[in-house]
Amino acid sequence: MIFPPPLREGGLRGRVDYIPKESYEAVIGLEIHVELNTESKMFCACPVSFGEKPNTQVCPVCLGHPGVLPVLNGKAVEYATLIGLSLNCEVTEFCQFHRKNYFYPDMPKDYQISQYDLPLCVEGYLEVGEEKGVSRIRITRVHMEEDTGKLIHIGGSGRIHGADYSLVDFNRAGVPLIEIVSEPDIRSPEEARMFMQKLRSIILTLGVSDCNMEEGSMRCDANVSIRPVGQKEFGTKTEVKNINSFRSVQRALQHELDRHIDTIDSGDRVVQETRHWDDAGGVTTSLRSKEEAHDYRYFPEPDLVPLISDKPKVERMKKALPELPDARRVRLMEQYGLPKHDANVISLSKATGDFFEEVMETYEDARKVSNWILVELGALLNQANLEIDECAVTPRHLIDLLKLMDKGTISGKMAKDIFKESFDTGKLSSVIVEDKGLVQLTDEDAIGKIVEQVLAENPKAIEDYKGGQERVVGFLVGQVMRLTQGKASPDAVNRLLKSKLNNK
Amino acid sequence: MVSEKAITKKDVEHVALLARLALTEEEKERFTKQLGKILEHAGKIKEIDTSKVPPTSHIVPLDNVFREDKAGECLSQEEALSNAPEKEEGAFLVPKIV
Ligand SMILES: [Zn+2]
Repeated sequence: MIFPPPLREGGLRGRVDYIPKESYEAVIGLEIHVELNTESKMFCACPVSFGEKPNTQVCPVCLGHPGVLPVLNGKAVEYATLIGLSLNCEVTEFCQFHRKNYFYPDMPKDYQISQYDLPLCVEGYLEVGEEKGVSRIRITRVHMEEDTGKLIHIGGSGRIHGADYSLVDFNRAGVPLIEIVSEPDIRSPEEARMFMQKLRSIILTLGVSDCNMEEGSMRCDANVSIRPVGQKEFGTKTEVKNINSFRSVQRALQHELDRHIDTIDSGDRVVQETRHWDDAGGVTTSLRSKEEAHDYRYFPEPDLVPLISDKPKVERMKKALPELPDARRVRLMEQYGLPKHDANVISLSKATGDFFEEVMETYEDARKVSNWILVELGALLNQANLEIDECAVTPRHLIDLLKLMDKGTISGKMAKDIFKESFDTGKLSSVIVEDKGLVQLTDEDAIGKIVEQVLAENPKAIEDYKGGQERVVGFLVGQVMRLTQGKASPDAVNRLLKSKLNNK
Repeated sequence: MVSEKAITKKDVEHVALLARLALTEEEKERFTKQLGKILEHAGKIKEIDTSKVPPTSHIVPLDNVFREDKAGECLSQEEALSNAPEKEEGAFLVPKIV
């Protein structure tokens, strides 16, 4: 029995009655940063590369030395435009960079070159949730900026609060960064995750970023609030930062929403603030900043001239966009006859889609392939916490396995075990089969003998069968498989069992 | 955006904080007056009718200037850090932030 908490005064907007959790609606907007994988930085010729020694991918421009001038990387603009177009955005006619002024040692200039009221792309949308009903999440803007340097805090267990001092590496400073801002149209943490997945899949399809959250080439901040279902006005929002893995998007948002509900239910008010997601602890904590209300004093970057949209070029780019996940989903259903669910999951990850289609180049049964990818491989990937393109199994491995099954060399049961071993070791199924002598028993005389043995040991089962209980066949098949260590061909076992039973 | 009303001591304190400047009481008073005078002077521009003049952010008649996406030479770590007042393990060392 669950008791509602006692009624309290001063809850949500003066309501005093208890509001059950289900009657709150989540209001979530996302701000996503994506590092572009151009060869050079946004405004200088330093290479964009990761894992180099600190402060070796720097020059006077990205170190903010006096007298230097930034020059815009044309490729970065092209990539940003592609992202905007694939999110159904308008490319603005007149676009300009602004300086965002703040004091923080991650930028040597004490300002970041960003965009303000004249971003590159505006007013797009992204659709998610094909299975339960499509939601259209509006995209407010897509803009360009330069990434900041990296700080390492020394002392105070590595957190900025309590650190003795900090070390700055400017290798990342000036790497082209795209900010994608959604409207607060997202209504659940699950929808937020789907949004992130779809966005990542689109950008990976465009090939303009690695979108690796763990490595920081894709980052997500979320604005979160709740309101009673049916209310139009937004509740007080908090901004959640440091959501730095794909798996934590849903967890972090769920936690923050629960915190809002608990706060309001206990009669308190949600404070508008920035909060830090602590992945290990599974909580958000307040990032009380000493700074007054943010005042970035944006002004037009005088060192960079405006961008005037080249309309025919933008039109050409729009026409030349690669096949995006939504279109791929539809095609997978049409071309391979995949069911909606399978097509949806496979198209939602570029790597999974590529894996599937690569198998389909040399194998025919689409349902079988999608089943193996989604069920068997999916379970193994989940367990190992890996992405499909990070594991040892390649399309070649799956084709090899499916063909062995088709030839009758191995049974379905054997295939699952062999596949697991392929996953763990990277060995091809045919190699595993040969190494271990794991060949399916198809010799009907041999199987027949075992069938006889099983029948002799189970007279009761034969009686039951004669009495019309066909279910016992399954039990008997299991006995034969056990005695042959799963190597007997299930077809042959079934056939032989039935004919022998009928002749008894 | 220049506000119509005169600049106050509070405005000066805010701007000083944003610029990380520690001002004495005497300086705050003095700068309040000086900044007020500067803004008053700049306010003269309002007497001109600019309704038909587009906002000017650049004085050079150029747009769409791009650089080819080619990686070039970088500074060495030693060079990069040569002006740093303090350094450690190849990084710039900065004092405690908060
Ligand atoms: Zn540089």
